[in-house]
Amino acid sequence: MRVLIDHISKTYTDRKGGRTEALQDVNFAIEENEFVVVVGPSGCGKTTLLNIIGGLLRPSSGRVIIEGGRLDSKPHTAIVFQDFALFPWRTVLKNIVYGLEEQGLGRSEQLEIARKYVTMVGLQGFENKYPHQLSGGMKQRVAIARALATDPWLLMMDEPFSALDAQTRILMQYEVSRIWEETHKSFLYITHHIQEAVFLGDRVVVLSRRPGKILDIVRIDLPRPRTEKLVNEKTYFEYVNLIWGYVKDQAKEALEEMA
Amino acid sequence: MSQKKFSAPGSHELIKRPEAKKTVVQDKTYFLQVREHPWLSLTSFIVILLAWEFVSRRGWFPPLFLPAPSAILLEGWTMLKTGLIFKHVLASLSRILLGFLIACTFGVAVGILIGFFSIPEAVGNPLIAATFPIPKIAILPLLILWLGIGEPPKVAVIALGVFFPMVINVYTGVKNVDPLLIKAALSLGSNRTRIIKKVILPAVLPMVFAGMKLGIGIALLLVVAAEMVAADAGIGFMILTAADLMETKKLMVGLITLSLLGIFFNWLFQKLEHLFIPWKQ
Repeated sequence: MRVLIDHISKTYTDRKGGRTEALQDVNFAIEENEFVVVVGPSGCGKTTLLNIIGGLLRPSSGRVIIEGGRLDSKPHTAIVFQDFALFPWRTVLKNIVYGLEEQGLGRSEQLEIARKYVTMVGLQGFENKYPHQLSGGMKQRVAIARALATDPWLLMMDEPFSALDAQTRILMQYEVSRIWEETHKSFLYITHHIQEAVFLGDRVVVLSRRPGKILDIVRIDLPRPRTEKLVNEKTYFEYVNLIWGYVKDQAKEALEEMA
Repeated sequence: MSQKKFSAPGSHELIKRPEAKKTVVQDKTYFLQVREHPWLSLTSFIVILLAWEFVSRRGWFPPLFLPAPSAILLEGWTMLKTGLIFKHVLASLSRILLGFLIACTFGVAVGILIGFFSIPEAVGNPLIAATFPIPKIAILPLLILWLGIGEPPKVAVIALGVFFPMVINVYTGVKNVDPLLIKAALSLGSNRTRIIKKVILPAVLPMVFAGMKLGIGIALLLVVAAEMVAADAGIGFMILTAADLMETKKLMVGLITLSLLGIFFNWLFQKLEHLFIPWKQ
């Protein structure tokens, strides 16, 4: 199975008729068991792209095609949102079983699957806590477990760690890398953090600022599993510098525009 | 070396400048701190009651206008013993409960409908905006005309009165549901009806309780008013007849009963809120 993002463009029209072009002719594919990272300056339409792929937004032109889609009732994609989007009235375990309830699974089966992902993301002992009782890192773990539990083919994450502190963020990057190794799913990961993109991705799609166009797709040939040692390697820095080269000018322009 | 530059922690205390003016930094938020005075609340209440008792006993006001608290209490006790008060409280309570239940059911249903779907919103919003400002007690004569003078118009006027704060609260609640939660539910496989049940309903529950708290005050007001217009039982009826017969003590018992009912309902909703909304601290 693979996801074709087929010449997607998106233009927003506001009430006064003003038009904002968010995406322009974005065209790439996500292969089976591939970790694709989309990186770009803020306001480059990254979230728009993710919403379109997830079926939460209609593109102005182009389409998203799932080739060799699944035959069961499970969703093709699942999303980990930037602001967690946990249901505040549901406990950790109840949040994780949400998608399984919608699939119509039996109670015991739901719990069995949920427990598996509770363990995978390291939330044992927190099953009956409410979201407001958790730290940001914990909440994001719940969101990841909830998305994974639906057994999607493609897991999409929208700047999942931008709300976390720098230390937690680094630890969560290791976690995501490990979870990807464990689950053999395709990941689409959105970030503005270049080091994070290189550390996690098989390929990095670099978007320009608005309207978001693909500047380059960089294949990251770094050994797996990715560990802490990686960030000291020369090739890692070369990739980071390459992508920074693309993003730098874009970011500068954006800064000048703001001033 | 740079030893002088980096002095040991705390060493600045050693620097003595007796000539310098010293200003101690004050906590500017001091007055914002919540200070509780539980004893003050209780004693002031008792002091007022005692003053009232004193004034009445000295005969500064005739008992016909201001009976002593002790006399009112005694009257209440007699009415409890004879069971007279239960008849009136029960009559009023059954009207309130029935009207309240109808109002909550329709209020929540209509609120969700006009909050979530655009066509009901377009139809319902102007209707509500036009009927909401009418004082509900002004509709009572029309309701009596339509429904007769029995229980139905009394229940209906309470239902109408409670319906509006409920529907407006629920509508606002639906409008304020985090769209991200709806998106999350959609991406997890929910359809529209499932979203109403699993996202909208729990999300508006706090607003439903806010509406109920507003509504019970209105219900008490309306039940008394309706019973004063036409009834043969109820707290409103009891107060009115007591006034007609110059039974001021009985009238006062009615007022105290209303106060106690209000306090009871507030307490009940507080408890129910904690029970049904455990995710709010």
